Amino acid sequence: MAIARKAIVWGLFAAGGTVSSFIFPALILLFLLVSSGHTPIGLEYEPARAFAAGLLGKIALFVVISLSLWHAAHRLRVVFHDFGVRRDQLVAKAVYLVAAVGTLMAAFYLFLIN
Amino acid sequence: MSRQPYIRPMPKATWYLRNGRYKVYMLREVTCLLVGFYSFLMIYGLAALSQDTPQAWNAFLASQQNTFMTIVHAVALLYFLLYQTFAWFELAPKAMPLQLGEKKLPGSVIVIAHYVAWAILSGIIFFATGVI
Repeated sequence: MAIARKAIVWGLFAAGGTVSSFIFPALILLFLLVSSGHTPIGLEYEPARAFAAGLLGKIALFVVISLSLWHAAHRLRVVFHDFGVRRDQLVAKAVYLVAAVGTLMAAFYLFLIN
Repeated sequence: MSRQPYIRPMPKATWYLRNGRYKVYMLREVTCLLVGFYSFLMIYGLAALSQDTPQAWNAFLASQQNTFMTIVHAVALLYFLLYQTFAWFELAPKAMPLQLGEKKLPGSVIVIAHYVAWAILSGIIFFATGVI
């Protein structure tokens, strides 16, 4: 049972690591463009809303956000351990809870955008 | 386990500084903070979009438009590329070695395939958002 659960947790971690490795550099560059006043046409209100309103966009955003959150949560749990925090069960509950809340928030906001 | 196991004293906050490999390991692990930060930044953006007004979305974009956030994004981009994306690609053949029949696929092939897929995906994102 413990092994089965470990496989799921690690599987989500690996999937999230892969997704974030592939997507985040482009995403951060988009934020950098916005930040420096060169907002791309596709990130203006209408196209951005249209993307998040479409089924493909919804699925893409939800998969990227949720898997990345689970990846970050699992790694942060290990980082806590590496910095000498030995209350793993408490840390695990806290980080996975934050990831779950973020996942639900993403789903909720995507549901609202039509 | 013995009743009084010996625990080697170890400085909790600085143990990884004594060895180059440990340093790279720690630099890699803390990328999770960036992944979490940008995930929640996207959720914040979705919250703005869900309000159905251009004003809310433009306010979200404007929240990024200051020198501080420009520096954050620029540093984050470099750090993320080095210690998440490139590090992840380099580790991929070790985490998921591929065997075809009798032969093992060389690790370099798996790594190059990751870079190619990454370039294509990034290209699609930049094309879709009108950057290129």
